[in-house]
Amino acid sequence: MVTRKLLTPQNIDLSINTDLTRKILTGFIHSEITRTGFTRAVIGLSGGLDSALVCFLAAEALGPENVLAVRMPYKTSSPDSLEDAQKVIDATGVQSMTVEITAMVEPLFARFPDMNNTRKGNIMARQRMIVLYDQSAAFNGLVIGTGNKTEILLGYTTQFGDSACALNPIGDLYKAQVRQLSKALGVPDSIITKPPSADLWAGQTDENELGFTYADADKLLYLLVDQRYTAEECIEAGFSPSFVKAVVERVRRFHYKRMLPPIAKISNRTIGYDFLYLRDWGT
Amino acid sequence: MKLSIALAQINTVLGNVKRNLDKHLEYIEQAQAAGSDLLIFPELSLTGYVLQDLVPTVACRPNHDDPVFRPLLDASHKMDIMVGFVEEDVRNRFYIASAYLSKGETVHVHRKIYLPTYGMFDESRFFAWGDAVEAFDTRFGRAGMLICEDFWHASPPYLLWLDGADLFLFHSSSPGRGVSEAPILDSARWVNHILRAYSSLYTSFVIHTNRVGYEDGLNFWGGAAVYDPNGNLLCEGPFHEEALTLVEVDLNELHRARARLPLLRDERTALVQRELNRILNSGNRNSGR
Repeated sequence: MVTRKLLTPQNIDLSINTDLTRKILTGFIHSEITRTGFTRAVIGLSGGLDSALVCFLAAEALGPENVLAVRMPYKTSSPDSLEDAQKVIDATGVQSMTVEITAMVEPLFARFPDMNNTRKGNIMARQRMIVLYDQSAAFNGLVIGTGNKTEILLGYTTQFGDSACALNPIGDLYKAQVRQLSKALGVPDSIITKPPSADLWAGQTDENELGFTYADADKLLYLLVDQRYTAEECIEAGFSPSFVKAVVERVRRFHYKRMLPPIAKISNRTIGYDFLYLRDWGT
Repeated sequence: MKLSIALAQINTVLGNVKRNLDKHLEYIEQAQAAGSDLLIFPELSLTGYVLQDLVPTVACRPNHDDPVFRPLLDASHKMDIMVGFVEEDVRNRFYIASAYLSKGETVHVHRKIYLPTYGMFDESRFFAWGDAVEAFDTRFGRAGMLICEDFWHASPPYLLWLDGADLFLFHSSSPGRGVSEAPILDSARWVNHILRAYSSLYTSFVIHTNRVGYEDGLNFWGGAAVYDPNGNLLCEGPFHEEALTLVEVDLNELHRARARLPLLRDERTALVQRELNRILNSGNRNSGR
């Protein structure tokens, strides 16, 4: 007999069956890459949890020899990040290369001396996208994205930067679920336990920048999105009003990052409105 | 009487009918080699599922003049076959449809009645809805076909039961969703829950197959299953993998189950009709009309 309790921040359980999830996600990677005639994949490996998990999944789905992990440090990137990325490369046996982006982005930083950290961070994220898409052509592999559901919903991502990819296997997993699945797949402990960081400048952590923890954000987003709670119902369930307000506003404000740009309708048949095909059309 | 059933849980190529037809013919050969009497393919097995604007380009008509159905009808001399396709009617309306083929003839066509148009689904944007639930006679007894959302509603199986169906032939293109700590998806759990319920409530055989593979981010979970008139699971295909699942069922189990549990004998259809008329004619706006 299962009794369902009222959901509160304390008892929301995001646990997933990791065997089932692993099967669906490796199948997805294999299907979506091979059906378009590719056999290989390219992944930007930061040393963080999300890209580590994607690298493990891709190595399992495609064979490690068909996966290229690219490390793209900037001069201030933490040395731990490079080391942690190396642990993933060693554990999975994927191909790898290191392309430092410092010399690529510094000239643009120098051109605008008053540039703030946000602009610099966006430039670095987009520069990494350029390197990855170049390697996509060189390696003949598709770029696999590494954004999770929490950061996509919060808009904590650089449009056309780290969000740019051909497919994303973990975009429907909250951060806690990414962590749970990573443990099950054998991602090294040092990666699982360290605080999430975009590593765009020294000491940066996601949770400091966002002003709340992923643990809380996961649970609130689960109520708002998966369980279709209203903001008021989330507050009734026990989340603080200011936190609920901040998250609801982020989800709405950054929705543009989750959409293709709208096309102004002129004709009778317009891309995005009434020209409707899946990407897998014909495959 | 024994009936050898083969459940094909195939992947499909989205919008490429020729390649899907070739796969059907391969599975028919395999099922024939296994001595099957009846082979069931999933919903929209000839076309793929999220067709959107591809619908008019994949539609066909289940007769000998149709280049897709001609080889299937020819193959139906070897065994009875149930396929899923997009049907275009004489007035050029498009339906999600199932065809039952036997001895070179199209014995019955069912058009999907309930087109899910909510959440991730958008079927009634692209398809017309079917307007009939009819059982039909096969060489194995009377059967009825339903398509996915049709049997998520309780009434179509009930109508088939009253119309004489002892074999419920169900098929789906069911996107997998809902991962919890359980080893199967919420969607798979739910479907098998109701399949077992129908086989128990109607003391009938319930036979279901569902496709596998991916379309963009959607996964299809397979898990074909057959339940006997006592609600027992007789066989189950794997999840998320292509498979041809074979099972031999003893149709005499209908006799034994209904001797034990005469739910069909005792069903008060006149009462149902009377009460349904009263409810629907009452003008009560809260009725489920």
